[in-house]
Amino acid sequence: MAVKAISDYTAVPNDLVENFNGMQLLYVHWVNHNMFCAPFTLLVSPDATLPEVFGSHIQPATAPHPESAKIDYEKIKWELNGEPFTPSQTETLVSQGIDHKSMLRMTTPGLNGLYNASF
Amino acid sequence: MTAAKKLNLKQKYQYLTRNMDWEPSYQKKSDIFPQEDFEGIKIVDWDGWEDPFRLTMDSYWKYQAEKEKKLYAIFDAFAQNNGHQNISDARYVNSLKLFLTGVSPLEYAAFQGYSKVGRQFSGAGARVACQMQAIDELRHSQTQQHAMSHYNKHFNGLHDAPLMHDRVWFLSVPKSFFDDARSAGPFEFLTAISFSFEYVLTNLLFVPFMSGAAYNGDMATVTFGFSAQSDEARHMTLGLEIIKFMLEQHEDNVPIVQKWIDKWFWRGFRLLSLVSMMMDYMLPNKVMSWQEAWEVYYEQSGGALFKELARYGIKPPKYQDVANAAKEHISHQLWTTFYQYGHATNFHTWIPKEEEMQWLAEKYPNTFDKYYRPRFEHWDAQHKKGERFYNNTLPQLCQVCQVPVLFTKTEDPTSFSHCDTVHEGERYHFCSEACGEIFEDEPAKYVQALLPVHQIYQGKSGGPELPQVLTDYYHINIGEDNFDYVGSPDEKRWNEIKGIKPLNKDTDAA
Repeated sequence: MAVKAISDYTAVPNDLVENFNGMQLLYVHWVNHNMFCAPFTLLVSPDATLPEVFGSHIQPATAPHPESAKIDYEKIKWELNGEPFTPSQTETLVSQGIDHKSMLRMTTPGLNGLYNASF
Repeated sequence: MTAAKKLNLKQKYQYLTRNMDWEPSYQKKSDIFPQEDFEGIKIVDWDGWEDPFRLTMDSYWKYQAEKEKKLYAIFDAFAQNNGHQNISDARYVNSLKLFLTGVSPLEYAAFQGYSKVGRQFSGAGARVACQMQAIDELRHSQTQQHAMSHYNKHFNGLHDAPLMHDRVWFLSVPKSFFDDARSAGPFEFLTAISFSFEYVLTNLLFVPFMSGAAYNGDMATVTFGFSAQSDEARHMTLGLEIIKFMLEQHEDNVPIVQKWIDKWFWRGFRLLSLVSMMMDYMLPNKVMSWQEAWEVYYEQSGGALFKELARYGIKPPKYQDVANAAKEHISHQLWTTFYQYGHATNFHTWIPKEEEMQWLAEKYPNTFDKYYRPRFEHWDAQHKKGERFYNNTLPQLCQVCQVPVLFTKTEDPTSFSHCDTVHEGERYHFCSEACGEIFEDEPAKYVQALLPVHQIYQGKSGGPELPQVLTDYYHINIGEDNFDYVGSPDEKRWNEIKGIKPLNKDTDAA
């Protein structure tokens, strides 16, 4: 619906990709690991590959969790914006549809968080 | 000749409010009150407005001046007697840091909001009520700052509340709440602030803070609370009057008002999640649990209210059941969030003591031991090893309420109730279906949101690195205002005041 206003109401989104100086946002949620209170917001290069981002951003983010070191990259099950997703090892993020403000959910079979509480 | 009779209160009120109004002769009413119609609210007869309180300006000044005199006498006594030394524990002061940066600036925002809408109604009764409330709100903002200024001399984190309110990441939650209301039309503003906030939810804000102050020996804040109480009673009656007035004026108003109630109940509920953690975790002497407060002040009182409004065709807020179910979770989810981002706050965080965990387990038998105690025990063990847990990666924020996407599904408290949408080619993320729905109703409004995490990544918050953001942009003094309470300068000072020797943590634990 349109905003009810006293005159024509137009708006420019505040978080267009061009505002990020050549970078883009990527959200990553490690399912069943609620030690991290919310999905991460990462600032990444759209030209990076997913393995690169995994090494440079995702691993450092998850590192405080005891299960982090046990993650086998090959076994991760990915979802991109709610759909099952098989990432390419070599293509850039943006060329395989991981565009600005996309969200990746990663499930790590066998690693389901601590204390039977998805922690 | 007879002397003019003294006017009685009712006549005086009539002269000083309604009779000050006039019918314009050479300007159109719609030009004088240009914001009255655009929201779609139809007012047939402003004379149907029943003034919620018959107070004239002269008596208003008199009452307020008396209250002020008493209040400042107590503030002076509090300062002279070093009242801060009599509080329960220095951890308590952290709830004041949250209040001063999160709530007091809202009082000021309310003053601005009521000043604005107090100009916009063509009915004199509504204008007078709004103008009087505007003055109240300004007074509250000032007296709160004065009540807490004494603490600023002795504890950290209280030194720059207005700037922090405008800039610090979690304070965008209260700030954006009021900005949303103030940028709406005058009728929506009153539904948002007077009705949803002041009438439906205010007891969940003021009772916890003011009773919390009483239970923890903070006489300055308690006295402020008493001084504001009669004002709050007036504000609540205005909230109820505006809703009834709109509903009685025209049936076309009902769906508009319903939509606003749905929206502002939810916005208020999300904002109050900050209060939930204050009650359950930040008060050393606890008043009642968040769950108990929600049951008394929302489920019971709100239930009665919405029963009363049913005759106008108004239903309880759409996402009320989700909010009711969340009462067993949100305080724990918020505190664990602030615990892990405690390096980026102007207040301290800590692991609850064992007796506090027992209290939490009693109050939350279905959830605390199962989902939340293990978190604290894990982090406590880490801390004792010298590895206090901080989350060094920024969180995803909700586009509408701006809280990190931390809330969980009603049916599964281990998975986030995240949802998203694509609007004009851009993707947006939300903490919940309810926030997503608020976005869908007015996307143009929310696409402009300044989400603090995104602002940092755009380089607009003082620099690319977190320490610069904290010091240069947020004015947080690293090592003084932030990090764990244990080992903080606040703790050290408190121990000196109380003559407590620092504990050897290893022997203490054993």
